[in-house]
Amino acid sequence: MNPADSSLVRRRFLQASAAPFALVMGLDAAAQDAGPKKYGADSMSGGTVGRPEVFVSIAGDGTVTIVAHRAEMGTGVRTTLPMVVADEMEARWDRVQVVQAPADEARYGNQNVDGSRSVRHFFAPMRRVGAAARQMLEAAAAARWGVPVGEVRAAQHEVLHTPSGRRLGFGELAVEAAKQPVPARDQVQLKKPADWRYIGKGKTTGIDQAAITRGQATFGMDAVLPGMVFAVVARPPVVGGKLKQADTAAALKVPGVIKVVEIPGFQGAPVFQPLGGIAVVARNTWAAMQGRAALNPQWDDGPNASYDSAAFRHEQAQAVKSPGTVYRNNGDAPRVIGEAPGERRLSADYFVPHLAHATMEPPVATALVNDQGCEIWTSTQNPQAALDGVAATLKLKPAHVKVNVLLLGGGFGRKSKPDYVTEAALVANAMPGTPVKLVWTRDDDIHHGYYHAVSLDHLEAAVKPDGLPEAWLHRTAAPTITSLFAPGAKAAAPFETGMSATNMPFAVPNVRVERAEVSAHARMGWFRSVANIPHVFATQSFIAELAHRAKQDPLKYALAMLGPDRKIDPTTLSDVFNYSESPVDYPIDTGRMRAVIEAAARGARWGRKLPKGHGLGLAFAYSFVSYTATVVEVAVGRKGELTVVAVDMALDCGPQVNPERIRAQMEGGAVMGLSLAMSSEITFENGRVQQSNFHDYQVLRHAQSPRIIRTHLVGGDTRLPPGGVGEPPMPPVAPALTNAIFAATGKRIRSLPVRDQLSQAST
Amino acid sequence: MTTLKINEQMRSTSAPDEMPLLWVLRDELSLTGTKFGCGMALCGACTVHLNGQAIRSCLTPVGSAAEQPVHTIEHMQSDKVGRVVQQAWVDLNVAQCGYCQAGQIMSAVALLKTSPKPSDRQIDDGMSGNLCRCGTYPRIRAAIQLASRRLAGDKA
Repeated sequence: MNPADSSLVRRRFLQASAAPFALVMGLDAAAQDAGPKKYGADSMSGGTVGRPEVFVSIAGDGTVTIVAHRAEMGTGVRTTLPMVVADEMEARWDRVQVVQAPADEARYGNQNVDGSRSVRHFFAPMRRVGAAARQMLEAAAAARWGVPVGEVRAAQHEVLHTPSGRRLGFGELAVEAAKQPVPARDQVQLKKPADWRYIGKGKTTGIDQAAITRGQATFGMDAVLPGMVFAVVARPPVVGGKLKQADTAAALKVPGVIKVVEIPGFQGAPVFQPLGGIAVVARNTWAAMQGRAALNPQWDDGPNASYDSAAFRHEQAQAVKSPGTVYRNNGDAPRVIGEAPGERRLSADYFVPHLAHATMEPPVATALVNDQGCEIWTSTQNPQAALDGVAATLKLKPAHVKVNVLLLGGGFGRKSKPDYVTEAALVANAMPGTPVKLVWTRDDDIHHGYYHAVSLDHLEAAVKPDGLPEAWLHRTAAPTITSLFAPGAKAAAPFETGMSATNMPFAVPNVRVERAEVSAHARMGWFRSVANIPHVFATQSFIAELAHRAKQDPLKYALAMLGPDRKIDPTTLSDVFNYSESPVDYPIDTGRMRAVIEAAARGARWGRKLPKGHGLGLAFAYSFVSYTATVVEVAVGRKGELTVVAVDMALDCGPQVNPERIRAQMEGGAVMGLSLAMSSEITFENGRVQQSNFHDYQVLRHAQSPRIIRTHLVGGDTRLPPGGVGEPPMPPVAPALTNAIFAATGKRIRSLPVRDQLSQAST
Repeated sequence: MTTLKINEQMRSTSAPDEMPLLWVLRDELSLTGTKFGCGMALCGACTVHLNGQAIRSCLTPVGSAAEQPVHTIEHMQSDKVGRVVQQAWVDLNVAQCGYCQAGQIMSAVALLKTSPKPSDRQIDDGMSGNLCRCGTYPRIRAAIQLASRRLAGDKA
């Protein structure tokens, strides 16, 4: 569908939807306790909204329209949350249509699709939305029939009067239902989990699957507006650089080029501001690219011009040799390690490079500026931030900016930073009345990302005679993401150290976690599972190394380190983060961790006799308040050829709302985790990213992908609060792979990506 | 003026001969099912059929496609193999974000037309030019095998 049309449809819908449930109420807002510290969704901008009239409308023909307020980037949220509403309201899924909300957190609650929070934070509110709608339909039917509401019940798009057998369809009740009082939050009657029809079943085909396979789904890249023109931008190759000059006349001579527009560089912290540069606008994308190629821009590179990855790695390696800022301390790990005899000590350094998200759809946004304000069509994880950025940059009132959310061709954290949306708005602002689609090429995407932080993690341990650690020291050195918001920031944020460093839950009496401070010289950003990637790679590799030193089976050793089943208050581990969830509602449950480890090991038949050259590796993590374990089986050939034979992944995310999509996320996490472990690396020289496209920034292809990925869903206790799903599959994959390589070959990989390290070893 | 035969329809374009077919499809004809991913024939998101062969439209000059049959994802419901492949994709819920899937399907259809019962190795060879960042490779493989069985007349 043409998004220009869909925008009109959406406006009509929003007006129409006000009719069926046009009732003002403040359920969730009123029910929030005003405590000193807010957790979960309450700590997020916009919080949650559980109002049925915001999310549900019913047409006379019975069509139920449910608003998806969170953007779809591949997790299935556009199916899963509306499915929750449909289930609780007893709507038939084949009578439901889903419409995408524009940016408006005041109306819909938080819309920032980030941090594996969509189901975690909106399962409960969406259940209440559906249940409240069902109760209003039941009340309307009871009133129509003049019978007690207790004698009627909704089922499968109808309300039944059980004693008389009378029934009315949802469509017939829509207008009267809208006039019923909305049940107060404590009057909302949720279905019993045993009565769920869709939740937990995994039988629901994704709402966009058919359109996607037919080329009819509208991604951000696919916005089409009448009279639209196309733009690409030449950006400073070094972050903080400025344009000195460009041959705009040459660009304007290229057939099809219409205009060039200078984009100012960011002031202060980079945040989500454009990098600056010069946009070339043309009749089509290709002409814009040709125009850009003619620009021959000259840059003043600025303060990051000397950023060099090889030198920086050396700086990190030096930094972790000295004590850093202490983020967690139990007992006296440095003393215990210092006094231990050499044969009881082990230390190792682990390295994970910068990574680029490389979403298959590069960043893209379409903007139209006219006398009414600015309208945007884009793929963004963070619609409200996109809107706020445009409003601030164009000096418009937020009410005069509309952000339409189209499908994202991948996100992984990149599209929560809407610098590209502001770029499009700035170019459109220079040509009022003309819609501008601003496209990033793959080069742009690889060169101008918000990179996963290059990380060096130093681990030391002293072991007891039984081989288990008596002391554990973890010192991490990585540029902080907070440098994006505070120029020059070096200190880690709790959300960085709290990802599998300070909150490591092992039964070790002496623990110290330190951060050695290094500077950021590029834009650091969160990448699917964020600091868990280096921290889990380092700690899970180190545990396997300790097991080897102790001549113990890595599985048995890991379970011994985990210790007895217990629920740990994360604040007792110095973790004030815990993914912003309450430490009471979300303790770290080592029993749940043990269960996923055992499930993955069982799935891989851990302990079986393996063919020559094969090896099994285990790793596990607590991330985004879920529990994951992975076992990878590899085969390594004589010349070091690496084949990933199979992956077994187990996940306990609490309630399994859409098990089919949970498994899809696990499969995808396995592949993406293997990509970064085996192939991907971003490096800088003279402040410039040295890679440019998929030939030198490599990600896994079909032939390298494991043919077998077995997913094991563990737990599923519907009484528990939900955990994250999108990110937790990632962290254990890389260390499970390198642990498997060690089991197969005796070669310990401490530096990612593996790339050709195995063939080097064999020659 | 170049005459194109896109999805069984004659279209004309004034684009210069060297302009890649991808941008004619997307920017001039609004056939946005074919995706831009890399511009260097490295990712396969732009895959279309030219004379029945899977090609990367991001590097194919439009002049070289003149007056020859071009088929895009938008045509696959009218293609016997294409329709079966698309249904297998839906039945296995293959897509995550879905951006690469048009290209994956175009490569899969071309593969199944030359190798109706592809081996794993043939799937590797036929599909490794198509990247998926979400990691749907195992389901793509399963969907190709499912479509292959269905095309052979099996009920599965």
